[in-house]
Amino acid sequence: MSPSDLSPASRTVLRAQSALGVPLLASEISVLFRRRRTWAMLATLALIPLLIALAVRLTSSRPPSGHGPAFLDQVSQNGLFVSFVALLVSVPLFLPLTVGVVAGDTIAGEASAGTLRYLLIAPAGRLRLLVVKYLATALFCLAATLTVTIAGALVGAALFPIGPVTLLSGDTIPVGDSIVRALLIAAYITVSLLGLSAIGLFISTMTDVPVGAMATTIVLSVVSQVLDSLPQLAWLQPWLFSHYWLGFADLLRQPPSWDSFATNALLQAGYLAVFGTLAFGRFTTKDILS
Amino acid sequence: MTSPAGQFAIRTDGLTKRFGSQLAVNDVDLRVPPGAVFGFLGPNGSGKTTTIRLLLGLASATSGEIEVLGSRMPGDLGSVLPEVGALVEGPGFYPYLSGAANLHRLDTADRHATSTTRHARVTTALHRVGLSHATGKKVKAYSLGMKQRLAIAGALLSPRRLLVLDEPTNGLDPQGTREVRSLIRSLAAEGTTVFVSSHLLAEIEQICTDAAVMSAGRLVAQGTISELRGVGGARVRLESPDRDAACTVLARFGMTVAEPGPDGREIFASFGVSEPDPDTVVSALVAAEVRVRGFAVERPSLEQRFVDLTGEGFDVAQ
Repeated sequence: MSPSDLSPASRTVLRAQSALGVPLLASEISVLFRRRRTWAMLATLALIPLLIALAVRLTSSRPPSGHGPAFLDQVSQNGLFVSFVALLVSVPLFLPLTVGVVAGDTIAGEASAGTLRYLLIAPAGRLRLLVVKYLATALFCLAATLTVTIAGALVGAALFPIGPVTLLSGDTIPVGDSIVRALLIAAYITVSLLGLSAIGLFISTMTDVPVGAMATTIVLSVVSQVLDSLPQLAWLQPWLFSHYWLGFADLLRQPPSWDSFATNALLQAGYLAVFGTLAFGRFTTKDILS
Repeated sequence: MTSPAGQFAIRTDGLTKRFGSQLAVNDVDLRVPPGAVFGFLGPNGSGKTTTIRLLLGLASATSGEIEVLGSRMPGDLGSVLPEVGALVEGPGFYPYLSGAANLHRLDTADRHATSTTRHARVTTALHRVGLSHATGKKVKAYSLGMKQRLAIAGALLSPRRLLVLDEPTNGLDPQGTREVRSLIRSLAAEGTTVFVSSHLLAEIEQICTDAAVMSAGRLVAQGTISELRGVGGARVRLESPDRDAACTVLARFGMTVAEPGPDGREIFASFGVSEPDPDTVVSALVAAEVRVRGFAVERPSLEQRFVDLTGEGFDVAQ
């Protein structure tokens, strides 16, 4: 099909999409998800619910309530809890680890492969490239969280009975509603990871060594959680990007409480604003010598 | 060319780039005429690639001005670069994608590239560099020469008014080098200005209409190929044991005889204002009873000129 086969209207649409970087975003997403590394990370994340479910299934004694991760004692009665436990277990380390790899790789990975200069000569536009990179990272956050959630639900359904879920408030909701709740939690955790993604993007503009950017991003997520656990730093803690990471329990009440969702989203938006600006300032003035 | 007279495809004024205390590019005034095949020569480390990075807006100049295709860089980068195809410091590709997928990816980054023609343009570009057989192969399985060709294909994805090729024949076998040369010739025949850098003079000499020579960050020569070649002038090489008698004869023709070399048998003399007919010189020598064992008029090759300008040896100029 040549461009002359198109109506003027659809040609205008195509041009507008092009100017906004829609083809570049589509290409970025396809490159990200055509990488074996991406699939390896998602597969590893999918193993977490599987390991939890197998551990519970293979031990005859029911774990005493109050020990181990929250909801663990519920898993053997209701497979849907595998998702909740797996998410709870992945939030502190596994999810930040994978997000750190993707976010740290954004610019530094292109620089080290030598593709950054060609994208900029094309010209991709430095701001447009940053936005595209961030959006693709955000999509990976969603994919990672959904992988844990969906793998958890599937494994739970295969190994345990499925039934109405008793919430923290004592109310019982049907299976359909509990799937919606699980997806809400996935959304909450995706939002939680957006601040870390922005930090990773900024660090990635500082170096041509992707592994360095990945490691720094991951270390920062650990440092933030350590600081969050020191009582002496109570004044600082509401400002740490990891402070609300585990605050999704509010979504397991009836009716769900949206307070922590909103506070968390606001905090992450703040991190995105600050580190997005820093990344912009750094990347648009940087000499590309890679 | 459609460009108005006096307008250059690339023009820089006082272009300077400093890295810390080192001047990588020092007060360079480039003039690349439209439609030229312009050789940008210099040893490794002389500032060629840095200059190219400045021209393409990858790095910002410490001082000086750049005009590419009549527009200011890096100010008008967004409108200039779609008309420029470039190969900078070797190929850069995603090893886990195929050659064709890499070019698709690169093309999506160009805001002005039409998505409906993308597939056809990628196929044409791959065909043009002789990679039609390897489109679906992952780039990590490509040889260096194939990657180099793929990078050239990337520069040809859209019709360009200017091509900037940094060491385009690196890693290519002699056959590939010849193909790149004929590709550059055919692009130039279509009216594209080609700016090609190299540290290997021989491969440039044959295709360039113009050239500039860089050394230690400075532009030491610039002009058409014949201008550059002519500056050194021709000289006579005479083999004879009768040095003194020969000198007297040569001086009569207005030639300046160089100091004798270590073996003393060879006599070099440069022409004065006029260049006398070699036959006349030889018969005059013979008439003066000078034993002539060898006589030749040597014109310095561009290579000799290049070495004169940039120095010989492996030491990278600092």
